Order: sequence, then C-alpha cells, then structure tokens
Amino acid sequence: MVLSAIDMGALAERLAMDEVKGRSPWTDARIRFMRNKAAVAGMFLLIIVSAFAFFGEMFAVSTYDYIDFSRSGDVLHLGRPSLASGNYFGLDDQGRDLFARTAQGTRISIIVGLVGASISVIVGTLYGAVSGYVGGRTDQIMMRIVDILLAIPFMFVIILLLVMFGRSLSMLFLGIGLLSWLSMARIVRGQTLTLKNREFIQAAQAAGVRGFTIILRHIVPNLLGIVAVYATLLVPEMILTESFISFLGLGVQAPLTSLGDLISQGAKNMRYGTIWQLLFPLAFFMVTMFAFFFVGDGLRDALDPKDR
Amino acid sequence: MTRPLLKVEDLRVTFHIRREGDMPWTKPRELHAVGGVNFELMPGETLGIVGESGCGKSTLARAIIQMVPASGKAVWEDGVDLLSLSPHQMLKYRSDIQMVFQDPLASLNPRMTVGQIISEPLVTHHPGLSKDEVKLRVKAMMDKVGLLPNQINRYPHEFSGGQCQRIGIARALIVEPKLLICDEPVSALDVSIQAQVINLLMKLQRELGLAMIFIAHDLSVVKHISDRVMVLYLGRTMEVATSGDLYSSPQHPYTQALLSAVPIPDPAAERAKHMIPLEGDLPSPLRPPSGCVFRTRCPRAEARCAADAPRLNPGDHQVACHFPGPLAETVKAMEEV
Amino acid sequence: MALLDIKDLKVRFQTNDGVVNAVNGITLSLERGGALGIVGESGSGKSQLAFAVMGLLAKNGRATGSVTFDGQEILNAAPSVINRVRANKIGMIFQDPMTSLNSYMRVSDQMMEVLLHHKGMSKADAAKECIRMLDAVKIPDAAGRFRLYPHEFSGGMRQRVMIAMALLCKPDLLIADEPTTALDVTVQAQIMQLLGELRREFGMATILITHDLGVVAGFCDEVMVMYGGQVMEKSPVDPVFAAPSHPYTRGLLHALPRVDQEGEELASIPGAPPNMMRAPKGCPFAPRCEFEIERCTVELDPLTEFTPGRFRACNRKVEELA
Repeated sequence: MVLSAIDMGALAERLAMDEVKGRSPWTDARIRFMRNKAAVAGMFLLIIVSAFAFFGEMFAVSTYDYIDFSRSGDVLHLGRPSLASGNYFGLDDQGRDLFARTAQGTRISIIVGLVGASISVIVGTLYGAVSGYVGGRTDQIMMRIVDILLAIPFMFVIILLLVMFGRSLSMLFLGIGLLSWLSMARIVRGQTLTLKNREFIQAAQAAGVRGFTIILRHIVPNLLGIVAVYATLLVPEMILTESFISFLGLGVQAPLTSLGDLISQGAKNMRYGTIWQLLFPLAFFMVTMFAFFFVGDGLRDALDPKDR
Repeated sequence: MTRPLLKVEDLRVTFHIRREGDMPWTKPRELHAVGGVNFELMPGETLGIVGESGCGKSTLARAIIQMVPASGKAVWEDGVDLLSLSPHQMLKYRSDIQMVFQDPLASLNPRMTVGQIISEPLVTHHPGLSKDEVKLRVKAMMDKVGLLPNQINRYPHEFSGGQCQRIGIARALIVEPKLLICDEPVSALDVSIQAQVINLLMKLQRELGLAMIFIAHDLSVVKHISDRVMVLYLGRTMEVATSGDLYSSPQHPYTQALLSAVPIPDPAAERAKHMIPLEGDLPSPLRPPSGCVFRTRCPRAEARCAADAPRLNPGDHQVACHFPGPLAETVKAMEEV
Repeated sequence: MALLDIKDLKVRFQTNDGVVNAVNGITLSLERGGALGIVGESGSGKSQLAFAVMGLLAKNGRATGSVTFDGQEILNAAPSVINRVRANKIGMIFQDPMTSLNSYMRVSDQMMEVLLHHKGMSKADAAKECIRMLDAVKIPDAAGRFRLYPHEFSGGMRQRVMIAMALLCKPDLLIADEPTTALDVTVQAQIMQLLGELRREFGMATILITHDLGVVAGFCDEVMVMYGGQVMEKSPVDPVFAAPSHPYTRGLLHALPRVDQEGEELASIPGAPPNMMRAPKGCPFAPRCEFEIERCTVELDPLTEFTPGRFRACNRKVEELA
C-alpha cells in the first residue's frame, strides 16, 4: 500500500496547504481573445444584432404580419422610413412594417445558422472522432459514407425536400443539418488522427481507459478549439445557404420571413424606388456575417497560439 | 527460487507495411520490428533495454502491454500469458503494468488538471472510490514524487519539463503497479533535471519494490539505473548481462561499438579510449541481412555469420554471436582488416 | 587579431507575454583554427547566441553589442554584408538537418546553388566540387547519391550532407548547433570524428554548441559554460573537467551518469532552469546554488581570470566551494 508507507504527519501539513488555482488553456484563450479588438467588436455587434432579433419586435408599431391596407397601395410615398409613423425601416411592398419583419427575419436567420452549426458540431465531432480513433476498416467505411453524401448536389436535395414536403422551417433545418456535419466530420477525423498518436492518448490506453471514454475525455476536449473556430465560420455559411434558398423563393413560408427572403424582395422592388426595402435587411445581413467572421478569426488566434 | 514476475518468450512483432500506390490486394511487406526476444524479469529487478533508434525497444515495451499486436508469450507471475488475453481480460493486468513516456508534456492531456491526470488510472481501475479518497491519494502521490500537493488544480503547461515527468510518474504509480515500463523517460530532459528524475525513479523503486523495464538510448543512464541490461539491434537481442558485466566486459562486437561511441566527460579518458567505428548505415528492417543481422557492420564477421543466425548462449552473460570475445580481440580483428 | 570577437552581446525577444532576455552580455573571442564548446541547458541562450552572430534571429528578436568577424562588424550589419560573410566565411550546421534542407529539391541543386550564386562557378565545376565535398564527408558513392532527394538519406547521412554544404565555401568558422543531438551514439561518434578530421584538414575555427559535456570533452580546446544567458565559466577543456571552478559546472558534471565509472547516487541540481521572462538580477543560478549567499540575488561579479587562461563569474572564491 503506497499510502501507508508515507509519513502521514509530515504529509498532513502539506495536504492542508491551500490549493492553487490553475490557469486552464481556456482561460488563456479567453485572455488572448479579449486582447483582439476586432473579435471583441464582432462579439459586441453580435450581441446587439441578437438583441434586436429577439426583442426588436416589442418596439415595433405592428406585428410582422400586419398589413396596413391604407398605405399598401402607395408604399413608395406613404411607406418611407420615418420616426414619426413608427415605421423606422419603412413598409414593405405589401404594407407590412419592415422593422418588425427585419427583426423577425434576422431571428430566423440566426436560428438557422445556430441550429445548423450545432448539428454539425455534435454529429460531425462525434462521427469524425469515432472514425479517426477507431481507424482501420471502420474509418474507411465511415469516411466513404461521408464522401458519398458530399457527392450529392446538396442544394438540389434541399430544394427537392422543400418541394416534396412543403416549405416549412423544420424541413429547412433538416436539410441544412443533413449536410452541415459532413465537412466537420472530415476536419475532426483528420485532427483525431494526429491526436491519436500523441503520448497522452497512449498513456490513457496503457492505463486501461475504455475507447469511448478516451474519445470523450481526451480527444474531444482537445478538438474543441478547432471545432469552435470552424463552427463560428459555419454559422454565416448556414445563414448564406438559407438566404440563397430563400432568394430562390423556397425558404420559409410567408408571412414568416428571413434575411435572405427580405433581401430578395427588396432587390425585386428596387426598380420601384423603394430602396430601403433592400438596404435595411442587407445591412443586418452584412453586419451579422462580418461579426461572425471576426469572432471566428479571433477564436482561431486565441485557441491556436502556435504562430505567436 | 522465486518465480519471475514476467517471462517473455520468443516475442515477435511484425508490422505489415503497404507502400503508397499499392493496390488493396497487393500483399503487404512484412517488417519484423521485434524478432524473437526472450527475457525474464524478477520482482523488484530493473532490466535496461538499450539500442539505437529503430532497434525495436519501444515496440517491445508496447507489445507487452498489448498496445501493438505481437506473437509469442509474455507470462505473468500467476502463469497467465498476457499476449493471449482479450482486451477485456487484459484490463485486470493493466493496473499491474504501468508506463512512463518519453515526452513529459506530450504525455499529459493539456486540457486536464494535474489532479484529473493522475487520478485517471485510479478511477478507471477502482471506480468505487469516493471523490475525497481519490483526491487524498492523488495528493499523497504528488507529495511522494516531489510535487507540491496544493498544485493539484494546475494544468500541465504551468509546469517545467521535469515536473511534468514527475506527474507522469505519479500517474503510473497511483494504481500501485508491480511493473513500471519507462520508455526513454529522461531523454527529453536537461542534464540537471535528468538526474533528479533518475534519482526519484530509483528511490521509488526501492521503496515500492517495483520491477522496472527501463528503455533508453543513453547507455550511461541505463548503466546507472539497471540491474541487468539487454542490448537490441534490429529487433534482435545481441547481449544480455548484469549491468556490471556488460559494461566492464562486453562480449558482443555491437555492444563494444556502442559503448566505445559514448562520449566520456573527461578529456583524458576520451582520448585514451578505443573507438570501434561502425561503418555504414543501419540496414532496413524490411530487408534484414541473412544470418546475424549485425554482420554487415561487424568487424569480426566471417562467412558463417551470413549463413546461420547465432543464438543466445545460456548462462548469466548471454551473447548472440559466433565469435564473442573481449574488447581487445575485436580491436585486434579491426586492425587486421 | 582574433577571428571572431563578441563584445557584450545581448539578445532580447519581444513576445506577447513580455520581454525574454535570452542572452545577457556575452563577451568572447575565438582565434583562427580554435575549437570552442558552448555548453548549456535549454534556455541558456546558447543557440540564440549563434543565431545572433549569424544574423538569423527571429523577427521579434533584437541583438545589441558588437560582433566583429575578421575585423568587420557583422552584428546588425546590412543584409548584403551579412550575406557575403555567411556565404564565404561562416558555415553553420543545425540540430535537425531536415529543417534546413529543402525536401522538394535535389541535394545536388541545393548544394550547387551556393557555388553558382556566390562563386560564379560553371555548372560542371560546381558539381565536381560538390561531389568532392560529399566524398570528404565520407558519403559512400557520392557521385551516385548526389542527385537524390534529402529524404532518401539516413539521419546521419543527412547531417553529413549539411556539413558538406557548410564546408563548400571553405569557411573560416563553422558553427555547429547541437549537430548530433538527434542522432544515435554510434552515428554521433562518426560525425564528431568527421568534424575533428575536417577541422584539421581545412584549418577552420569551430564553435560547437551542445548540452553534452562528453562531446565537448572529445572535441574542443576551450569550453564556455552558459546559464541563464550568461557565461558562468570559460576555460581550456582539461581543467574544467578535472577541477570545475563554478558551482553550476560542478553540479552538471556530478549530475551526469557515466559509462566508465561505477554509479553512486547522482548529485542532482535542485529546482528548474530560470524563466527568462523576468529581468535577470544577480546570478541566474543563485536559486539552485548550494553556495548561494545573500549578495548573489543582487549582483554577480563579472567574468574574471582567476588562474591564467581560466575565467569564472561567481561571488564565491574557488577555495570556498568545498
């Protein structure tokens, strides 16, 4: 017995010392992130945009689906953005309050982005980590499945899904979720292959830790840096995908809307002179994109300090 | 006579190598990383394994704990052949055999605290222990390897190389193993730190009655720590003897060459020593020479060496050579050439 | 006049976490044909010293002081000056030959590049010269292997190629930074023997940077022991090993297990090498030194000659170190 061989008296004294708190790699990363001004600004912008998306409608004069028939006939003159009427962003071409609609559209877009990224993080990370860690034939089969799925023109599949099962939010999530994890799985697998040969994995194997525990305890936490970076860059990609689908007119069902849908409408009506219908959604779209990219870049620098 | 703790018989590790561009049905080439190694390890004994890179010393260690597939036998003290066990059956023995790795920092998960790292084998093998009990044992073990127990919540990157290696040692010893396999545990450390770790290992071994397999390329370190030393070349045993015998009167030409190559920190002794230079490179393990694998670089090689492979002679000082002899004979043979 | 003269060389690195003081005031001179060993552990600044001399410091590094080579100031000199010196006068070999060889270029092209560009040789002459040099470093079948890629050579052979490249321009000074650390002992012995022969043959001065006291003992005339970016002891090679004058050198020698002696317990040096982030004050070795006195944490006597030819930097007298 190891313990009994120890002089407990002297030990007790040292055991009683206050435990020093460690500085985890995550704390270091947070400090580095906070030093990055662009990333912090991006983060700040994201918070503002999200606040607008989730609480903006409370400050709108009407709900996003209320049609003001009295003005819908002449939106160009009666529906301009104005503080007086309470339509801060003006009306859309059917006479609905654009402020409320932009808030609601941003919300949908952000949710689509987050859901797509979450699916990719959870499914992709586990799939890739298992494939890379187990290796051999299992790895071959799992990766060929990914290859096959990647080979399917995914825009086509999403459009097919939406046409066949009708346009609905859940179908959109399903379609985007089906695809988003593929490249994540590949990235994670590659990282796992390099991690697998690190000595601390061997140490865990030598200690008799079970395979799945090794994946969860040793591999996944060491992948999270890359996964987090990739996920933040994936969110805008998902938003873009959704926007593109909406732009084609296959996105969310009216009267619900999304940023892509709003931009598409605005672009269509540009020739009537109602330019605000394009500019406001576009501004939110761009701000969100840039903010996510800055945050993603900041995360990459913070979590991957090799090139310091 | 006591039973050996571990008896390894004809241990072989063969890797199947596929060249790039090979078709899936092409027969892979065989690489014999370890080609039939035998040894016995007594309880409390330290066996040093030396050899140059590519001699299979690390593979040998990993084969014993089933981290690479191997054939042959590795009989534990209770008569069970470890190599025949399924991974599940092996679990019972994993806590008896623990390992210390070469790179102190890389062998610790950077995202885990020291406490989590050291306690991992303990929690794995004794899932019933309470949290407080685990913590107490971890702290006691940290104290034993010379770390301050109050550092339990720190992360590996906050420690120096020497301290990281102490963490690795604590992790290995927390489950009270009977055999500790050290794979180049000090080669990544500075000289002054290396001495600390060697002293610690020797002290712990004495106190806990551990058997040790100590793998290193540094012959002086191995000499210092080992009771017996085994010299490997291309996966084959060249010579096994007690540390004193092997270093004072090496019989195998390869051991002699290896020893003569070690630089001595004493200019006078360094100038006086006889060098036995080895010509050429290590042969590829994919195409090992016929007969004695060392013959292509051996100063004493003769026709017979190419024809049949020498076997280890029985006894205390085992040599696998057709023409073993003291250093003077090898030097003479060299001068004649 | 000495071939290489370094005066009060300091190297600082600006990093995100603060300033790293890698080298803190080194003065040394090396005669033509001399062989100096610089010994130190990781973080002692021994490699950065060499990089500073070669003008190869990382972008965030700054060197101050003076380095004259053959009477010419080369520290922080114009790139054209440094390039000329590097190409013609100083050769350098590194620990890992693979990092300094381009894996996508044939050895022939990499070697000939130097001769074609700096010496204006014709292709045929350059090739002949390169093969002659590969022969000199004892690469068997040099002409046949000349056109191979670096990965087709073994570790020891690659290091030989590196040495051959460094010697192509017949340098007056060869700086070898841990040339054998990545190699096996038998290969190390071959390389060190080769370096010794080449040194005699070409009459070049050599600086050998290593952590291995054994290698120094066999190769050098003079040793400089560094710790924490400072020189602890500098002396001809024999007396250092027979009677080390500095507590650190002593500690190092006693901490080393030896093949030629029976082992008792190794006398280890407690503690760990210093963090070079903090500004050095007093003796860098003080926290680990058994002879430490109060003054050591405040100031350190400069490097002084205590016996002809031997220098040491320590607040305690040699007699006091019992």
